[in-house]
Amino acid sequence: MSTMLRITNGRVYDPANDIDGEIRDVCVRDGRIVEQLPEDAPTLDASGMVVMPGGVDMHCHIAGSKVNLARKLQPEDHRLDVHPRTRLTRSGTGGVVPSTFTTGYRYATLGYTTAMEAAAPPLSARHVLEELHDTPIVDAGFYILMGNNEFLYRLLEKGRMEEFRHAVAWWLSSTKAYGIKLVNPGSDEAWKGKRNANIVDLDQPVNAFDVTPRKVIKALIDVANDLGLPHPAHIHCNNLGHSGNYATTLETMKIAEGRRAHITHIQFHSYGGEPGRNPTSKAAEISEYINTHPNISADVGQVMFGKSTSMTADAPLAWMLRNVTRGKWVNADVECESGCGIVPFTYQEHVYTHAIQWAIGLELFLMAEDPWRMVLSTDHPNGGSFLSYPRLIRLLMDREFRREQAARVNQKALANTSLLDLDREYTLREIAIVTRAGPARLLGLKHKGHLGVGADADITIYDEQEDKEAMFNAARYVIKGGELFIDNHEFCADTEGRILHVAPEFDDSITEELRPFFEDYYSIRFENYAVDDRYAPHAEVIPTGA
Amino acid sequence: MSENTTIVENATCTFCGCVCDDMELTVDLDEKRITKARNACVLGRAWFLEHRHQERPAALIDGREVSVEEAIEEAAQTLVKARFPIIYGLSDTTCEAQRQAVALADFLDGNIDTTTSVCHGPSGIAFQGVGESTATLGEVKNRADLLIYWGGNPAEAHPRHFTRYAVTPKGMFVPNGKKDRTVVLVDVRATPSTPVADIFIKVRPGRDFEVLWALRALVRGKPVDPGIEEVTGVPLATLEDLVERMKNCNFGVLFFGMGLTMTRGRHFNSGALLSLATDLNEFTHFVAKPVRGHGNVTGADNVVSWQTGYPFGVNFNRGYPRFNPGEFTTVDVLARGEADAACIISSDPASNFPRAAIEHLKRIPVITFDPKPTVTSELAHVAFTTATYGINVTGTAYRMDDVPIMLRPAFESPYPSDEELLRAITDRVRELRNG
Repeated sequence: MSTMLRITNGRVYDPANDIDGEIRDVCVRDGRIVEQLPEDAPTLDASGMVVMPGGVDMHCHIAGSKVNLARKLQPEDHRLDVHPRTRLTRSGTGGVVPSTFTTGYRYATLGYTTAMEAAAPPLSARHVLEELHDTPIVDAGFYILMGNNEFLYRLLEKGRMEEFRHAVAWWLSSTKAYGIKLVNPGSDEAWKGKRNANIVDLDQPVNAFDVTPRKVIKALIDVANDLGLPHPAHIHCNNLGHSGNYATTLETMKIAEGRRAHITHIQFHSYGGEPGRNPTSKAAEISEYINTHPNISADVGQVMFGKSTSMTADAPLAWMLRNVTRGKWVNADVECESGCGIVPFTYQEHVYTHAIQWAIGLELFLMAEDPWRMVLSTDHPNGGSFLSYPRLIRLLMDREFRREQAARVNQKALANTSLLDLDREYTLREIAIVTRAGPARLLGLKHKGHLGVGADADITIYDEQEDKEAMFNAARYVIKGGELFIDNHEFCADTEGRILHVAPEFDDSITEELRPFFEDYYSIRFENYAVDDRYAPHAEVIPTGA
Repeated sequence: MSENTTIVENATCTFCGCVCDDMELTVDLDEKRITKARNACVLGRAWFLEHRHQERPAALIDGREVSVEEAIEEAAQTLVKARFPIIYGLSDTTCEAQRQAVALADFLDGNIDTTTSVCHGPSGIAFQGVGESTATLGEVKNRADLLIYWGGNPAEAHPRHFTRYAVTPKGMFVPNGKKDRTVVLVDVRATPSTPVADIFIKVRPGRDFEVLWALRALVRGKPVDPGIEEVTGVPLATLEDLVERMKNCNFGVLFFGMGLTMTRGRHFNSGALLSLATDLNEFTHFVAKPVRGHGNVTGADNVVSWQTGYPFGVNFNRGYPRFNPGEFTTVDVLARGEADAACIISSDPASNFPRAAIEHLKRIPVITFDPKPTVTSELAHVAFTTATYGINVTGTAYRMDDVPIMLRPAFESPYPSDEELLRAITDRVRELRNG
């Protein structure tokens, strides 16, 4: 493979550099985009094709202990969807929770070259890294769960914010994480305590600790900003899935007080109505707030009909879903740090709640005035597999298709939304924003999500087609880090991706407080907790700080 | 003992599934042995202190000493020639080696299986059927006020399970340790673990399922016939008392062992127990956990699952993974005479498999990877002597509760690691198969 490549005659969509469907060359040298190449550099003719930066999934669940439990839980899902070995690539199984190799190859097939595992208990960071090591091609990182951390609660109780910042930095550095994740902050104490309770109000005291969800959220939004992390606090709000939860979501966004915060799978948090009753759509209210508050970003967490798997650190939510399905259920408590719940689930068009969830997700996309801050996701595999992204893209780009699909869903639910009044069709430029340029920018990955000089040569080339689902289903060429991996729809190479992580500095004195806490309440030694470099042999540290 | 000693702190014992990571090892570097293992239990002490380098060639072909390279070539050739090569063992090696072993099976279109298929395989099958409410051991230490051990004898098999993780330690919400907890032991006979229990329930052998099912009924408020005592040996009043305790605790745990999984009922037993734990969550917080034996059998389950989607008993004959216990589990592929070459990694099936399986193992070329000579390595066509994980080799082991722990080796071994050997054989197999 040559280290040089000139992609010619392709229609280029590179929104970060204001290139909107222009026919122009893209030059690659030594893994990066360059201004120009020698005349005799090898060329790839992309006539009739669309050239975009490689896709960036900022919120998916692809590696680590909960993902592996969900994989093990569903043999029935794997046997229907096998992924054969080739001379170059490993075999595996698919379904909504594919094996690691299959996950990497299928992301690449869609044209995605970066993916972020969205929820890892710090205690199992090694497990996440081992699985990401076996997830080929894509560059990846992960967010660690910090919204239910008992050590941080103790600092917060005493208002020791300086130490709080050092502890968060220690945790990020020690686990090779990319960012801070909050999931239903405060709920684990209620869940693990007697009677499997949940927390419902931002000002409700957390069992056994003198903190509230509001205090936890504020502290972690602040610390992400103060540490200058490339990505702000990534927040799964309280009350996910409950009717009337939009009020909690609005209140959570207000806690940021103008500082950056990311609200994830916001579709699941945009419901009106009374708790316990059918939800209504509050997409308009949520969109209005985000449209007018540039400090807030979100990914949608679109629900797609068919098989999904709910896998979440929000254990009370999984229990609620288990009481709906009455089927298989996994719960996995992680000491001092997190909870976890897994429930296989199927979204069905005729069910009121599922149909309104589907419609609310689309409303949020279509009402977003700034696509840079409303990213495409299905919260894979919670709302549906990442393999449904092409269909979702078609729903956004093709009004007629959207109407056909809307005609098939529960009409009572549809009537409670404004979906049919929304005529907007996403353009290819906007698709490039919500699937690549936007998430890369929100993640602070300056060298990804665009094709400007100096960027990583992560490039996807699609055949230009009328049917956008078919078009985005399988890239014709995929280049990652300057190397061609998919050549005319066939894998022509295999590789390990890089681990993207942060390493903010902290005052060593914090370890003197952490060590006794570990001795008292953890089951592994403090000295054996931090993850060493062997677990991330191809790592890239993303700078932090102002 | 020489003067040349060193101390390795926070080392990890990989003898059993507890994977205790608080060992302090005193190592005699001249004699290449561990002279002291502080914090180790009786099993751990034996594991560390009795470890000696074997005066044994690094590689043997049909009992003849050869170079490692020669043995790698012969192993690769043997495997490539086979039509149904199998790989088995894996629970006493690192995750890094396990990953290579799955890769080898994949590129051979072979079969891979771990010792899980003869220990907690039924728990894996039950998990697929009903799921599991579970927790890391630190959560048990911090919160559990009711501990039920079923079909296991931790005092002898996992000595520090009681003292480091579950019964005696003081935790965040159980500040007085054992005083704040109730311990129940359910087994077919009294064992050295029994004295630890506040309540001992003796079940008639082979009647665990009936007891578990009666408990499920009682938890749900369904009537149970007092005749249950005749069937199970357990009076109804005892079961009713246990149900009250389970429903009214703050954080209950059911630990279960091979007394449940490898007796009559197998995955039905595990499934009944896991379902009981799930049912109890209607009333309070309840979790369950298989108490795993080998040091990294949990890692093997995890690695095979993330690479193939299935935990054990995986077959690649069609170029992709298929799972079917009974069909692709090692005892079965051997007993039916299907396998025509076998790679045995850190395990000794020739000493503990059923006779029909062992007889077939004797008929086919076997490749073994083991730090010590074993019954299996004695009958092997190619036998590698390997470095011992956790003592000579670093890497990752998963504790029984899925917590990954890094290993700190005490001293170097002259022998290669399982991972190095498997990688070399895989590379050679790929060359041979891809021409």
